[in-house]
Amino acid sequence: MVTERLAGASAIFTPLLSRAHPYVVAMAPPHLLAPTPAGLFCAAGDFYIDPLRPVPRALITHAHSDHARRGHGDVLATRETLDIMALRYGEDFCARRQVAAYGQSQRIGDVDVSFHPAGHVLGSAQVRVADERQRIVVSGDYKRASDPTCAAFEPVACDVFITEATFGLPVFRHPDASLEADKLIASCALFPDRAHLVGAYALGKAQRMMVLIRQQGWERPIYIHGALEKITEYYAREGNDFGEIRKVSAAERSKLAGEIVLCTPASLQDIWSRKFPDPVAAHASGWMRVRARARQRGVELPLVVSDHADWNDLCATILETQCSQVWITHGEADALVHWAGCIGLDARPLHLIGYGDEEDAVEAQT
Amino acid sequence: MNRFAHLLDRLAFEHARNSKLRILGDYFRHTDDPDRGYALAAMTGGLAFAHAKAGLIRTLICERCDQTLFEMSYDYVGDLSETVALLWPSPPLREGHNFPPPPSLSQVVETLHATPKAALRQVLAQFLDQLDETGRWALLKLITGGLRIGVSARLAKTALASLGDVEPNAIEEIWPGLTPPYLDLFAWIEGRADKPVVSDPAPFRAAMLAHAIEETNFVSLKPEDFIAEWKWDGVRVQAVTGYDEAGEPVGRLYSRTGEDISGAFPDVLEAICARSFGAASIDGELLIVREGRVESFGALQQRLNRKKVDARLIAEYPAHVRAYDLLSEDGEDLRSLPFAQRRMRLARFLETRAPARFDLSPLVPFATWEALAQARRDPASAGAGEDANAIEGVMLKRVDSIYVPGRPTGPWWKWKRDPFTLDAVLMYAQRGHGKRSSFCSDYTFGVWRQGAEGDELVPVGKAYFGFTDAELKLLDKWVRDHTVNRFGPVREVEANHKTGLVLEVAFEGVQRSARHKSGVAMRFPRVSRIRWDKPARDADRLEAVEALIGERKRAD
Repeated sequence: MVTERLAGASAIFTPLLSRAHPYVVAMAPPHLLAPTPAGLFCAAGDFYIDPLRPVPRALITHAHSDHARRGHGDVLATRETLDIMALRYGEDFCARRQVAAYGQSQRIGDVDVSFHPAGHVLGSAQVRVADERQRIVVSGDYKRASDPTCAAFEPVACDVFITEATFGLPVFRHPDASLEADKLIASCALFPDRAHLVGAYALGKAQRMMVLIRQQGWERPIYIHGALEKITEYYAREGNDFGEIRKVSAAERSKLAGEIVLCTPASLQDIWSRKFPDPVAAHASGWMRVRARARQRGVELPLVVSDHADWNDLCATILETQCSQVWITHGEADALVHWAGCIGLDARPLHLIGYGDEEDAVEAQT
Repeated sequence: MNRFAHLLDRLAFEHARNSKLRILGDYFRHTDDPDRGYALAAMTGGLAFAHAKAGLIRTLICERCDQTLFEMSYDYVGDLSETVALLWPSPPLREGHNFPPPPSLSQVVETLHATPKAALRQVLAQFLDQLDETGRWALLKLITGGLRIGVSARLAKTALASLGDVEPNAIEEIWPGLTPPYLDLFAWIEGRADKPVVSDPAPFRAAMLAHAIEETNFVSLKPEDFIAEWKWDGVRVQAVTGYDEAGEPVGRLYSRTGEDISGAFPDVLEAICARSFGAASIDGELLIVREGRVESFGALQQRLNRKKVDARLIAEYPAHVRAYDLLSEDGEDLRSLPFAQRRMRLARFLETRAPARFDLSPLVPFATWEALAQARRDPASAGAGEDANAIEGVMLKRVDSIYVPGRPTGPWWKWKRDPFTLDAVLMYAQRGHGKRSSFCSDYTFGVWRQGAEGDELVPVGKAYFGFTDAELKLLDKWVRDHTVNRFGPVREVEANHKTGLVLEVAFEGVQRSARHKSGVAMRFPRVSRIRWDKPARDADRLEAVEALIGERKRAD
């Protein structure tokens, strides 16, 4: 990673906080995008980005269900995002769709629009919206940690950076994900008589976990819940090698002692999970960093694997974009606003309601 | 330190006893001396770091982190050790630095013990710099003395016993004489050395416990083979005295599990350390006795689980031991004598030495099981008088029973009085743990009271056992079908006059409690029956619960 630990651990140090930011200039308030109840709206191009309710024209950053909803008129997104939306919602998820290739700019109304890799899940993108006066980048959800299953985040220079802040507190510093995979494999060795159920989001996290445990030397078949099947097959068609993946059949459940079974986080609490031999409930999520969160969910083996930027990466990314204004769409905004203010950036929380509940949405879907 | 940290981390999330034993056993087996000994000490409360206080840790983190960011983080995480462990900045990487391995648990313990208060800040910061997040968390938990990982001293010793062919009780017996890092203990358990010789003048002797008696047991038992006593509602203790090498009296008060609780009961300690007491080991019940009357368990609770007590508390809640067995006297081990003989020796001991704060547990005379049943139903008329409120049944001990550690079947029985019952309405359900994870098995129930807008339910307790696995499935299904609201892992279920599930709840007593919304707290509540047949509106009212406060006599 180019920018690894650029602000690094020092993002919480007091000395850094007093440093004036070199790019602070008097800026006009952003005119290209405005927060509305339906999501971020661009009047000059007459479109919404990741709208929360059906709109005539939508730009979608990635296919997680809290960002990619069905029922829009025109949808512009990366090919992978469109494919996954069609897989999840059916081919008729919108009236018309158009593919956006990474890095290619196009004119929409009075603005230039381009998509850039966000490193979150397969097909995830940041959206750059610019005119002669101002450049705005909407990050969508993003991460900086390595993930072979999707294109790596590319920093894009801008005046206004609209970022997520799911893990916007300095307590969230995600560890190396391969160590977490080691933890899972070690637990399988210690409890060969127990099935290891790993809760992971069906889109992105599950496939990243497959790659991680393969990289750490797990050679046995990886079992998956039916809810993960379609997306995993799609990832495989897109060139990911997961080794042997088996869908768990009802009859097989009781025989999976010592095996790794991936499922959605919601299925950990389902009647479905009861048929496994003395299951160990593992959960792969950035939230697992905080013990109380893990305990509340009844997780016995928390795996801190996140598809979002952690605190250090949020801070580093904001600095890298050289922006003078930061808008925070969702997540733990307060600490990031405080930090940005300390280094002379104009920061404001948007508190957009409706993002960050991919998990609940999946629960409703399956 | 890393191994220890991972051990704590794993244990903190594990609910099942057997899995905890496996994790602990695995750690003891694969960790070298003296690290594992210090880990054992940490889990059995044998390590103390007097100067490491929360204030010091706050100071350290505020030197390294913006104050506002710390406050926001602490607010979110809700645990100081964990917040600091997560926030602590890794030291900057220096060119050519060879990264020494992180400190071992022994290094940490030995260094911190040897560090004077003034230097502690620097030493601690250095350790925190060298450890990763889990390591820092474990270190901070260790030194602030709140591991809270759900491992009792007994569980740790049971896991330890599994390393070799040793009974956990054998470890308990010698435990008080051992010190961290327990090299001799590990050597013995692993068969590399003889059993450590303990020269503790006041050792704990593993307690003998009783089984609960069932109706069917009486058929094969003869009343004349047994002696009956009241079962007192206090805390089982062992008061032990002896002389140290200098000839000075040494006294200790142990809990049932061998934990030294002398510190909380200086009044009892003073009594047993009197010269006239001599060297003895008395098994009995710790009670609060005021003006000759035994107080309820609630009074005793004021004295329990305290590190220190002040004179006011001692005067207000004077502790007392009601003795029922004598295990040793002046160096003579009496445990192989029959109970009847031990009891005679005990009576003589108490009579001749007349220790303050001790008396003899009275016998309950009976000729037939019916007569004993009558006494159990009404202790007040059977000789207990005003103390009847502090009695929770009767104990049956075979006249010829020798004192055996553990819970042998046959010699001792406990016959508890019938519990109170109450019909309450299920209000909230939460998923259980371990075997029961994914089942809603923790039930909060309530009773009716008059509210501003007519009847309302007020929660009075929580129960998570008492039902069979088959019943659990039915309860779980009912909860899922009637969920009206979710708060994280908690489900709120339909509970009104028309719809609601009535649970018959059994419990041991009710006390006033300022901490509960209803103003009452139950002891030991469990589900005794599911009243599928009973309409929710006919469940009990709060007044019925309040009427039971202080009530002990059975109204049957």
